[in-house]
Amino acid sequence: MIAFPLLGLAVILQSTIVSQVKLISGYADLPLIVLAAWALQERVKSSWHWAVTACFMLGFVSGMPWLVLAAGYLGVVFVAQTLQRRVWQVPLLAMFSVVFAGTLFMHLLSFAVLRLSGTLFSFVDVMGLITLPSLLLNMLFSIPIYTFMRDLAYWVYPVEEYE
Amino acid sequence: MNSRSLQTTIIFLVVGGILALSLGGFFGSASRQFDSVLIEIQTWFSSRYVGLQDFFTAPRDIVSLRSRNAELETQVSQLQAQVIELQQRVNETEILAALVDFSRSNPESTYKAAEVIGRDPSPFLHFIIINRGSNDDIRRGMPVVTNQGLVGRIDAVIADAARVQLITDPASAVNVYLQNADTNAVALGSITGDISLDMISQNSVVESGDLILTSGLGGGYPSDLIIGQVVTIRSLEFELFQQATIQPAVDFSHLEIVLVITNFRPVDITPLEPSPSP
Repeated sequence: MIAFPLLGLAVILQSTIVSQVKLISGYADLPLIVLAAWALQERVKSSWHWAVTACFMLGFVSGMPWLVLAAGYLGVVFVAQTLQRRVWQVPLLAMFSVVFAGTLFMHLLSFAVLRLSGTLFSFVDVMGLITLPSLLLNMLFSIPIYTFMRDLAYWVYPVEEYE
Repeated sequence: MNSRSLQTTIIFLVVGGILALSLGGFFGSASRQFDSVLIEIQTWFSSRYVGLQDFFTAPRDIVSLRSRNAELETQVSQLQAQVIELQQRVNETEILAALVDFSRSNPESTYKAAEVIGRDPSPFLHFIIINRGSNDDIRRGMPVVTNQGLVGRIDAVIADAARVQLITDPASAVNVYLQNADTNAVALGSITGDISLDMISQNSVVESGDLILTSGLGGGYPSDLIIGQVVTIRSLEFELFQQATIQPAVDFSHLEIVLVITNFRPVDITPLEPSPSP
């Protein structure tokens, strides 16, 4: 249930504030980072639901095709869960890896779908003006958001003590 | 005359004489010394009194001053908040006044004002979200303008909000008319938010500063809406068309309030376009 207010807030912040804080032509993807940080938490089992909720919410706001959002966010959760089982000892490294891979995947997908739908822009321009600046901003936002989501996961799924 | 009245008369005469002498300035030095001693004594008493008064009243004053200071600080912060709010209202009023002027000077169209409440979450797209939707008779395809010029057109509508595709969007293409060169062209958006002109005939003489208006061709936008001015022209002999860069009339990074032209219905000319023969 906490997914609705939290992802709703992330989408609103993304639409009103984060999209105005530009680095060249790129900006951070707050829902993607929130999703990656949540999916990386060991006890969390609801990551897929969160991804679907995020797609649903962003689909209303964004002009991006649903296919890109769905494939992108579900892909982020998939990468996060795969990495979480393998590099769980270094959570921040896993977080950076997921955000890096997720951002690249999302942007490549957006580029491919928009090109196929007839929008003209060059790959080099997209990489230089949008993807690399967005990657940098996503990395910067990763640390505080990961910390917040870890605390939230501890609060939602408290540790069971055995005697 | 008895001795008592004589004594009184003598005293009066002596005092009167002394007064007359002092007024005449004969006792100047003696008077100054007397005055200075008197002033020193008075100063001593006064300073001791003030010191004692301060000693007994100062702690109370500090407490009252502190509370007064806190009160004033609260008032200052409240007033600052009011100033910011009023400044915001002044800005909004200025924008609205400009928009009203614009709508009065273009009475052939009917407008609905809307506030910009967000932007597209994806950096690949240049869309804004406005707080008017189908409940306010906003429909897909309606042009969106400000008093400065064309902003874009409605791309999607829900009950109380709509998404507007800006003319800076990479997928946007607007048929335009160059007034001075008397020729048509197409204004294209880009991922950086810049607008460029393409499809300008090689025979046309385009100059920097030429005004660009919507042509109305294609039925997507009404004619004669300002888009911007030509900045630079690129003309190569071996290319079919000339290209140009545009300085947009609208500041797309500071869009706050826009006008939707509600009496314009876009025409879909797709069925009339010739299909490729087999």
